[in-house]
Amino acid sequence: MKDSADLAVRVRGVRKRYGHVEALRGVDLDIAPGEIHALLGDNGAGKSTLVKVLAGAVTPDEGTVEINGVPHRFTGPRDAQAAGIETVYQDLALAPTLPPDANLFLGREPARPGLLGRLGFVDRKAMRAEAATHLRQLNSKIQDLGAEVGSMSGGQKQAVAVARAAMWGSALIMMDEPTAALGVAQTESVLELIRRIRDEKGLPVLLISHNLPDVFRVADRCTVLRLGRRVLTARMSDVTSTDLIRAMTGADTLSPTGERAAEPR
Amino acid sequence: MPRPQRLSDATILLLLIAIVAVFSIVTPAGTFLSLSNAESILLTASQLLILSCGITFLLIAGGLDLSIGSITIFSAVVVAKVMGALAGTAAQAADFHYPNLGVAITVAIVCGLLVGAGWGAVNGLLAVKLRIPPFIATLATGGIVLGLASVWTNGQNVQNVPLPFQSSFGLGKLFEVIPWSIVIAAVVTAVFWVVLSKTRFGLHTYAMGANLEAARRAGVNVRRHMVLLYVGTGALCGIVAVLDVARFSTASITSHSGDALSAIAAVVIGGTSLFGGRGRISGTVVGALIPAVLQSGFVIMDVQPFWQNVAVGVVLLVAVYVDQVKIRAQERT
Ligand SMILES: Nc1ncnc2c1ncn2[C@@H]1O[C@H](COP(=O)(O)OP(=O)(O)O)[C@@H](O)[C@H]1O
Ligand SMILES: [Mg+2]
Repeated sequence: MKDSADLAVRVRGVRKRYGHVEALRGVDLDIAPGEIHALLGDNGAGKSTLVKVLAGAVTPDEGTVEINGVPHRFTGPRDAQAAGIETVYQDLALAPTLPPDANLFLGREPARPGLLGRLGFVDRKAMRAEAATHLRQLNSKIQDLGAEVGSMSGGQKQAVAVARAAMWGSALIMMDEPTAALGVAQTESVLELIRRIRDEKGLPVLLISHNLPDVFRVADRCTVLRLGRRVLTARMSDVTSTDLIRAMTGADTLSPTGERAAEPR
Repeated sequence: MPRPQRLSDATILLLLIAIVAVFSIVTPAGTFLSLSNAESILLTASQLLILSCGITFLLIAGGLDLSIGSITIFSAVVVAKVMGALAGTAAQAADFHYPNLGVAITVAIVCGLLVGAGWGAVNGLLAVKLRIPPFIATLATGGIVLGLASVWTNGQNVQNVPLPFQSSFGLGKLFEVIPWSIVIAAVVTAVFWVVLSKTRFGLHTYAMGANLEAARRAGVNVRRHMVLLYVGTGALCGIVAVLDVARFSTASITSHSGDALSAIAAVVIGGTSLFGGRGRISGTVVGALIPAVLQSGFVIMDVQPFWQNVAVGVVLLVAVYVDQVKIRAQERT
């Protein structure tokens, strides 16, 4: 195992209980700098809960989270954002009647210089220019920066949400099923966007997906959760779909990391 | 896809220009198209415009206020009563002698604005803290506030307003040219236009109406923001109350009961979406002018001015239909 300071994200022994349901039962996770890391698992395995822990939306009962070697205890989404973690939720959280630049800067609008800025005036020119530069850097297919986001295609909306995360994230970008609702061509461009976040920004990406072919095409490594525990972490080049399905369903009791997988009660 | 918002702004402006053009042609020269008639149209529209500025913000943010007429009436009662009580004794007033006029006017205006803002805060807390849908919350407060004003005054107009308030302010003009009511409506409109289109507060107002959860997650204090919008709208009612008392030298219990619906109509005709997230003050200005222009034209043409209501209703239906078509077009993508 690598030294923890070399890891972008290091999660150890995180537990989270909802009443009688134990969503996370001492989960571990290691994400290396600049890698696309897929998070896999059957429904109810605890993927979304783990993402929420890292996003500060859920406070764990036990366990530790280190970001770039620094221990963190998030008590709210603002804490996670301050630590450089940005999340693209399934609902995208876009304002459909606003143009892309206003969505990219929502809640973090640049102020005009001087007195006007202190009075709350927004520098729309700077917003539009920075948004254009950023979207171009990610090679996104958004042309009309004045159009309402609501009038765009599903893939373009996804691109705006992903671009916003990439714009503000400095430690980790997380995406919960970004391609679930998209067609073939749009899925392709979102996967390309994820690669660009890694290649242009050097940021690690944690990607929840049910689509194994997509995962094999874009991810560097993956972690499989089952019943709130990690059962497998591996390089994509070292595993097959069958391995992953076995790990997810529990058919495989011995994981390639050598750990004993949890038996369902 | 081009910005549909622009299109609707232009359409409604063209409609206003067309109405003005038709009236200018069919009325005798120098009647409809004259400076004095323009002044009278603006004077008629000024109160509606002030209230509509508040409604524009509320509708864009996903709120609604049906109580603005009642709050205006209540605030007017406060303004008239406070001014009358502080200006001088009854005996002095009978001689048109008001020893404390300056203090009375100042305190009355401040009280009017504060009471308006206070009722706005009540609306905001009901809608935000108790999560009562604003339609119901403000319908209820509208009834309560009007009821209280009526009980307080026994349903009578408040009469003891010091006369100089009307003669110097209510009928007075800036530079002897522009009535104060129009000046104040212009200033309010300019301020609201700047805030909505240039500031962070304005952007957040749009974002809340477009997707409240997204705005909240982006760190916008959506509850405080919404309460502020209701408070601001209530304060605008206070301003209108002051103008009204100044203009008519009385606080009338019946005068403003239709204001909420007129303002919502004006705002929606001006292109603001009933579904939130979309709208402009420039559109609201046009929307607030249309009823006054129609009324003036019909009066000059000796047509029953009630046709104004019919025409505004038709335009409102068209505006809402266009709005819905836009929303549906967006949902299809
Ligand atoms: N807010 C919650 N309240 C109660 N139970 C929850 C809550 N969130 C998740 N769970 C439960 O925790 C378990 C893990 O859920 P989740 O993290 O959403 O799994 P996944 O995203 O892998 O499908 C499930 O059994 C789910 O029902
Ligand atoms: Mg999930």
